[in-house]
Amino acid sequence: MQSTSHAFKDNATRALGDAQLQKAMENVRGGFIEKRLNVVEKLPEFETLRDQARDIKNHTLAHLDLYLERWEAKVTERGGKVHWCTDAAAARDAVLEICRAAGAKTVTKGKSMVAEEIALNQHLEANGVTPVETDLGEYIIQLRDEPPSHIIAPAVHLTKEQVEADFREAHNHLPKDRSLSEPVELVSEARQVLRQRYLEADVGITGANFLVAETGSSIIVTNEGNGDLTQMLPRVHIVVTSLEKVVPTLEDVSTILRVLARSATGQEFSAYTTFSTGPKRPEDLDGPDEYHVVLLDNGRSAMLGGDFQDMLRCIRCGACMNHCPVYHAVGGHAYGWVYPGPMGAVLTPSLIGVAEAGQLPNASTFCGRCESVCPMRIPLPKMMRHWREREFERHLSPASVRMGLGAWAFFAQRPRLYGLFSGLAARALARLGGRKGRLSKLPLASGWTKYREMPAPEGKTFQQLWAERQRKGTGS
Amino acid sequence: MSGARDQVLGAVRRSLKRAPGDEAAIDARLAQHPRNLVPARGQLSPTERVDLFEAQAAAVQASVSRVGALAEVPEAVAAYLREQNLPGQLRVSPDPTVADLPWAEKAPLLTVSTGPARDADAVSVTPAFAGIAETGTLMLTSGKDRPATLNFLPETHIVVLKASQVVGAYEDAWDLLRQAEGEGVMPRSVNLITGPSRTGDIEQKIQLGAHGPRRLHIVVVEGGGA
Repeated sequence: MQSTSHAFKDNATRALGDAQLQKAMENVRGGFIEKRLNVVEKLPEFETLRDQARDIKNHTLAHLDLYLERWEAKVTERGGKVHWCTDAAAARDAVLEICRAAGAKTVTKGKSMVAEEIALNQHLEANGVTPVETDLGEYIIQLRDEPPSHIIAPAVHLTKEQVEADFREAHNHLPKDRSLSEPVELVSEARQVLRQRYLEADVGITGANFLVAETGSSIIVTNEGNGDLTQMLPRVHIVVTSLEKVVPTLEDVSTILRVLARSATGQEFSAYTTFSTGPKRPEDLDGPDEYHVVLLDNGRSAMLGGDFQDMLRCIRCGACMNHCPVYHAVGGHAYGWVYPGPMGAVLTPSLIGVAEAGQLPNASTFCGRCESVCPMRIPLPKMMRHWREREFERHLSPASVRMGLGAWAFFAQRPRLYGLFSGLAARALARLGGRKGRLSKLPLASGWTKYREMPAPEGKTFQQLWAERQRKGTGS
Repeated sequence: MSGARDQVLGAVRRSLKRAPGDEAAIDARLAQHPRNLVPARGQLSPTERVDLFEAQAAAVQASVSRVGALAEVPEAVAAYLREQNLPGQLRVSPDPTVADLPWAEKAPLLTVSTGPARDADAVSVTPAFAGIAETGTLMLTSGKDRPATLNFLPETHIVVLKASQVVGAYEDAWDLLRQAEGEGVMPRSVNLITGPSRTGDIEQKIQLGAHGPRRLHIVVVEGGGA
């Protein structure tokens, strides 16, 4: 999809003033955090499982080429086909080609963030194939022609009143006077409308949460069962996924599954965890005739062996955004691309470049909650700092920031001058603050004083206090 | 596509800068599939396992009834459908475990047909491959007489699970599957099912029956034999 990550500040300002969005975001601020805590408390081994999940993924990434080869051999052995794709355009084309070969007019889709990453729906539509999203949240945002705002809850930015309005507009064959104000009614209506689409579809497209090298299986983890109907009813099943999803064995994926749902939705286990291995067997009574995996690189191989390799451990649970004060305030769309929140702030510059997405790693208070809840122990704040450093090194940060940092560096390297200047500045600001002790306007800091007053300095500077303390001999 | 394959694998290798010679270690890990930590709640005695399975399944809105023998399953199914006020037309998996039960004799009011699910089927009955106590999860496998569509299309899904099939942890179920299918071999579809279908996509409020079954009922068979 077309990125607006460069416009994060404008996006965020708009989001903060959007009353509907702010109402919907209340559901994120509350629910997810409490639900996760409840299930984590019930599993004493949770922290150890996080360590092991991290180690499994580190081991896999360090041998990624070998595991991918083993996995591919198993897929082929079971009659499936792997389509390797270096970038988004190649992956889009690979999917389209399979759809064309199948003579597909309609394809159903399970939720896939990689499909969002490669802008698959737009490509299919432009080429005469109609994609139908079947995950309820994805279905809603497809009706609205919007991108997802959360990686596991794509329509979390919407209220039920908005969904009702969308359904009344889209499902105009249904009686106008029907009751549709309760979530249960909305869910039933979507179930009824989509059921027919599953049965009509020629091709079913899903993502994959994991690929298992031991068996050549792809795994989807869902609660609705839409992914399963998507992949078992049409004649052709296409899995759209990316390199880093591979894990060695069924035992390894079991360990990671134990931390996934708990971190994501606060469930002990999701309703449906489905392992698909190749197409329908000769003796099978149902299942697809063809099984394809479109395997995407799109910048991931370049993340290996560098500062951002740890990001490839991400299992897309969404815990980081569920706990992020910035995400809570502005929602997912403000981030401007597919992946929002802290994981998006790290991943997006890796995939579409720091020049486009450099504002995202700056959209952090560095409170550290994301790292503290990440089931894969990804050091998200550290990696955001890496991006800030790179942005600075590449002269991508705004001139005012660079000048400010340059001035600070000048004084920081000259302690006497720093002490003299900060002492003078503190006294001058204290005088400006007057009896109120607050500054409502400040040169070079209008970004701060536009929204709140700056407390004026009181008394001595830190350096002066420290020097006095040293002289008194109370220091250690 | 072989050009792209080489490009991707080449890029991975260039980034990793790994010394050659790890192949044997990787193959050994895949062949031996060592276990990682299994939580204590996944390591209970057989009776405790069945109790935990039932409690965990109930916690995710599945319902459970227990019978003493397989031959009692038809009556238990009929009783459940009556309680829920559901229709008596069953679509039953062709697997002999459930297809060969004395339906006509023990539950004469039910209409039974076998085969993969059709859109109109309201109630399905399928056999479980295993039950996993730690999260109240069912493992169902596809095969020549076990169509996977029965697990998802009907609104009500009834699963027959022998108490002897209840294991503690996911890892135990994988071992059972390897015994049945062979090392490194999976049926086309393995479904881990934990409660009925649900969604929280509208304002984070959980609703059951999003696309899959609205109801999941598990009949646990405690005795052996038919």
